[in-house]
Amino acid sequence: MSAVTAEHGHDDHHDDHAHGPEKGWLRWIITTNHKDIGTLYLLFALAMFFVGGAMAMIIRAELFEPGMQFVDPKFFNSMTTMHALVMVFGAVMPAFVGLANWMIPMMIGAPDMALPRMNNMSFWLLVSGVLLLASTLFMEGGAPAGGWTLYPPLVLQTGKALPFAIFSVHLLGISSILGAINIVATILNMRAPAMPLMKMPMFVWTWLITGFLLIAIMPVFAGAVTMLLTDKFFHTSFFDAAGGGDPVLYQHIFWFFGHPEVYVMILPTFGVASTIIPVFARKPLFGYSSMVYATASIAFLSFIVWAHHMFTVGMPISGELYFMYATMLIAIPTGVKVFNWTATMWKGAMTFETPMLFSIAFVVLFTLGGFTGLMMSVAPVDFQYHDTYFIVAHFHYTLVPASVFILMAAGYYWMPKWTGHMYNEKIGQLHFWLSAISVNILFFPQHFLGLAGMPRRIPDYAIQFADWNMISSIGGFIFGASQLLFLWIVIDTIKGGTGEKVSDEVWEDAHKHGLEWTLPSPPPYHTFSTPPAVIPCDHN
Amino acid sequence: MNDDVSVKNKKLGQKLAIVAIAMFGFGYALVPLYDVLCEWKWIERDRPDAIKAIPETAYTVDVNRNVNVEFMTSLNENTPMVFSSEMPQLLVHPGEYHTVNFYAENKTNKTMVARAIPSFSPALTSTYFEKVECFCFSEQTFAPHEKKTMPMRFVVNPALPTDYKTITLSYTFFDNTETAVKK
Repeated sequence: MSAVTAEHGHDDHHDDHAHGPEKGWLRWIITTNHKDIGTLYLLFALAMFFVGGAMAMIIRAELFEPGMQFVDPKFFNSMTTMHALVMVFGAVMPAFVGLANWMIPMMIGAPDMALPRMNNMSFWLLVSGVLLLASTLFMEGGAPAGGWTLYPPLVLQTGKALPFAIFSVHLLGISSILGAINIVATILNMRAPAMPLMKMPMFVWTWLITGFLLIAIMPVFAGAVTMLLTDKFFHTSFFDAAGGGDPVLYQHIFWFFGHPEVYVMILPTFGVASTIIPVFARKPLFGYSSMVYATASIAFLSFIVWAHHMFTVGMPISGELYFMYATMLIAIPTGVKVFNWTATMWKGAMTFETPMLFSIAFVVLFTLGGFTGLMMSVAPVDFQYHDTYFIVAHFHYTLVPASVFILMAAGYYWMPKWTGHMYNEKIGQLHFWLSAISVNILFFPQHFLGLAGMPRRIPDYAIQFADWNMISSIGGFIFGASQLLFLWIVIDTIKGGTGEKVSDEVWEDAHKHGLEWTLPSPPPYHTFSTPPAVIPCDHN
Repeated sequence: MNDDVSVKNKKLGQKLAIVAIAMFGFGYALVPLYDVLCEWKWIERDRPDAIKAIPETAYTVDVNRNVNVEFMTSLNENTPMVFSSEMPQLLVHPGEYHTVNFYAENKTNKTMVARAIPSFSPALTSTYFEKVECFCFSEQTFAPHEKKTMPMRFVVNPALPTDYKTITLSYTFFDNTETAVKK
């Protein structure tokens, strides 16, 4: 629709369907093609994964031994803050938006995203937001160092970087909202007529729900940081005790956003796992409709549990009890999912290619991360765990061997489709085993450190924490280095991979599991200009 | 894509954008909502009227009970003052009135407007801590290098649940000179 004026010479209404990609580098700036934008998102997320990873390496190097070794404490705190912001807003979220861009139109038989021009805009807003955030590293007073939660009054002591960090959060928020609107509109309006809602692939379902979550929460976060901005520069007193405000209010608003935000990162993860596991178990997904309802329940519950992040801040006993029980409830739909994945694999003719290995590791290690979450939902014991390395271990288990592993799995699973080349399976498996072992060396000891009382976000620590920190750092260095294998595989596969000719369905009988496998590998620039008449219905 | 779908997409996109804008407003609506929830005791906070005078009422002094009231004084970052209390703590009977003096000094050559904000721990005790007179009820203006002795007269309401044996009252002075000038 947007290109209608530019393409006036073409006499059909299928505007930009009649030609291939723009020639030259400008293609990547002005593209409105969902496949191009998907590629941009994925490559940007990969780059940010290494930037955020480099920051994590600085953190682990400093913590290798007690005492101050490499960086000053202020910079260390900037690193913990920026590592989180870059990984959440620069790597994990954009990677899932990239997958959504590439796969959703192909999975639902649509020619493109619903609002292609807005799609381009949300990508470039993301790039601007992240660059603005990165620029704060070079400002007087350094990058924000008060933690990614940006709690006042601490965050208000940030130097010149504060307004820039806040504007970058605004840009990232607008980018996510536009991306989410686009994805929701695509799913609701652009499905092939043969695909009712309850026959959509699970990845599409999880993104539909995630899209609604994003539209509901990102504006609330934008509001919270705007209040910080006006408190600092325009003498409002939302959080300023001197003017009758309350800093605890910020924490409530932040976690009203923050808790659904963690599900924004995990629901699409669930969707990809539900896509990959059936293909390699050679069985339909077990309990499709229960998966849909479980996803919706988790999304609903995510809005009413936020204060479990604040048990130690002070709440009446009834509040502590309510947030404790509501939080425990989340284990039920999540348990439904874990059992469904297990049941899908049960008596399946399983093979263990790299995508499946990462997916199985996800099921096991995410469950472990979920259990520690359940431990912390118990309000009285949370007083022991709060702000220690135990919480660091918990959320890294739910993010790294869960979201990040599944993103790796998605990469291996769809890369042959995207590029038309097969990746190197041997190196892929090496990448998996190195990652799966080192991620546990990295994060498991942090449980012990946390239980023993080591606080998070500190550059130096008491001597009794030395051994486990050293082991954790060694795991971290191995994990970080192993990811270079993935980078090598991505470059190698784009260049031609093993040279093996990949079929349309790539994986045995994959055409039963999704429309994308009925298209050629790589798919032509424009696909499904006319909606497919038949859809695979190996689920439901 | 055909024009029908493209119009539908735009309309849905606009509707979703309106939801996003409404949610931005909801973020701000959480501010008054928070005060309401605090009032209903869904969220625990120092009583908002802890900075308002409560008229002196005669209570029956409960001589069998002792409550230790601790006084903390601190300065917000960059507040150029000296601030202390005459005693670190005081053992009181519930229902008994006491006056404690606080000292503050402006360390600058300029007139300063400062505001002391109280905070109680445990927060629930703020409901039972009644102040008849306090420097925290309003902003204090200090002439250059002025020293002030400021009394605070209070009573612990005998209705205080017996579980509470210690009340910590912390005052933080904030430099409000800039804000006061703007007003």
